[in-house]
Amino acid sequence: MKSGVLNLVVKRLGIAVVTLLIVLFAVFFATSMLPGDTASILLGQAATPEAVAGLREAMHLNDPAILRFLRWLVGLLHGDLGTSYANQMPVAALIGGRLVNTMKLAAITTLLSVPLALTLGITTAMLRGSLYDRIVTVLSIGVISVPEFMVATLSVLLFAVYLKWLPALSSVNEAHSLTDLVRIYAMPVITLTFVISAQMIRMTRAAVIETLSTPYVEMALLKGASRGRMVLRHALPNALGPIVNAVALSLSYLVGGVIIVETIFNYPGIAKLMVDAVATRDLPLIQSCAMIFCLGYLLLITAADIVAIMSNPRLR
Amino acid sequence: MTMARAVASRRSFLGHSYNLVGVVAALVILAWTLVAIFAPYIIPHPIGDIVDDDYFGPMRQGLWLGSDYLGRDMLSRVLMGARYTVGISLAAVSIACFSGVVLGMAAAVTGGWFDTCLSRFLDAMNSIPSKLFGLVVVAAVGSSIPVLILTLAVIYVPGAYRFARALAVNINTMDFMTVARVRGESTAYLIGSEILPNIIRPVLADFGLRFVFIVLLLSGLSFLGLGLQPPLADWGALVRENIGGLPFAAPAVIVPSLAIASLTISVNLLIDNLPHKIRDRDA
Repeated sequence: MKSGVLNLVVKRLGIAVVTLLIVLFAVFFATSMLPGDTASILLGQAATPEAVAGLREAMHLNDPAILRFLRWLVGLLHGDLGTSYANQMPVAALIGGRLVNTMKLAAITTLLSVPLALTLGITTAMLRGSLYDRIVTVLSIGVISVPEFMVATLSVLLFAVYLKWLPALSSVNEAHSLTDLVRIYAMPVITLTFVISAQMIRMTRAAVIETLSTPYVEMALLKGASRGRMVLRHALPNALGPIVNAVALSLSYLVGGVIIVETIFNYPGIAKLMVDAVATRDLPLIQSCAMIFCLGYLLLITAADIVAIMSNPRLR
Repeated sequence: MTMARAVASRRSFLGHSYNLVGVVAALVILAWTLVAIFAPYIIPHPIGDIVDDDYFGPMRQGLWLGSDYLGRDMLSRVLMGARYTVGISLAAVSIACFSGVVLGMAAAVTGGWFDTCLSRFLDAMNSIPSKLFGLVVVAAVGSSIPVLILTLAVIYVPGAYRFARALAVNINTMDFMTVARVRGESTAYLIGSEILPNIIRPVLADFGLRFVFIVLLLSGLSFLGLGLQPPLADWGALVRENIGGLPFAAPAVIVPSLAIASLTISVNLLIDNLPHKIRDRDA
């Protein structure tokens, strides 16, 4: 039976690889659809037709698209992400530090939101129908129903304008002490935590409620186990798979969330870099950033699926 | 997840007040629809006119929602913004759901090679984060209303497809489908007359949810400056252009946000309070 799980996992990983290729292909073609010729954009308006033709030749722009795609792919595997159109710097150098910043933001948000959301999700499932449950449910539906930038603007209004606890903008290079650090990360992390937690609370709550309605939990109730024991000893171990699945799926919302949050708080991360690149139509930069985001997203949803497969007792 | 839904739908307590919430939500949606249709006739000032000496003016008589960063009337701009937000989203969700549901039913009925390829491809499309897809397309072809509608539609076709296919696969195993096949009915007939009537209710609920997603994504893109371009402004763009008023808590930045929230929350609540089996999806 063990091999059944292994088979499914390997199959799922294979699908992930194929998906990644299709996604890369889509990103490459979407960005090569840009109207206007790359060579003439690079050389500016004063360029002679001969110079443009020469650059086209040098950049292999006359080759068929599929060949350029493969060349781009090979470059990726060698860690060569190309050169930015805007400032002629290697894309890898532009992305490096920014990626670390974004990862920090994501890591802090994860560390905060996972325990918070799990606690709220599990306790609301235990106290289903209570006032506490209804308040948390209404709030989480509210957060899910509004755009991320609204969560961000409301947090700024509350914490920076009315309470004056925190600055509205963040910039990482000014961190000298721990309090500086807290002030810098607070607004973006608070916003992201709201967005991610709302999803996670809903899914965790649903998963625990589903387990609580199974016969063996009813059995535990009938034999006189306390409510806490019923949930913690009997229901939770079996709800663990769906919960981890929910966590991974919710974390994939980080990808959309950081794009908004980094822009609104002017946080020097990779999403801000990409939004700026879109404004200047800096194709190599857009391609690389898009690729990194798709990769992260794909990793999380694949992880979620694999956890779901592994935690299914019928397959073990 | 279907099991979770079956369990969750057993929320029979507070039956009456739930319906009240649904009615209120429906009224809010109706109001915004009417505003979207009749906006040009009811706005108090032309949207481009500067009517206030001050920028980010407060709410007062004559300028009920204050003024924006140039001193233009915010009420008129929000009313006109409803046209773009509701109109573009509605067009996009119609295209997305129509193509997704038709393809999903066709895949379920046809099965085999067609089904596998289409499902694989659309699943791959689904693995591109929606905001990122929007960013890349806008970078590639620029932003205009037709491009926005098509992009938003393409992004949400895979979800609609997956949803409709899952429902249609269940119907496909029914006896009446076998009978219809034996009668020699065409695929178009099977889809339109046998499957669609049986899945139309959950599909309509899904339509509403997807409408919310599209409103949120469109607002997000406009907020980033990649959606509707000036001088046109939907609600997301209104928040963007007035974001400078945030430190003074100007109504110009709060009101469009509230408009988006009132629309999306109402649609969600309406779907949550639909009777019986029609329920939203958890994820």
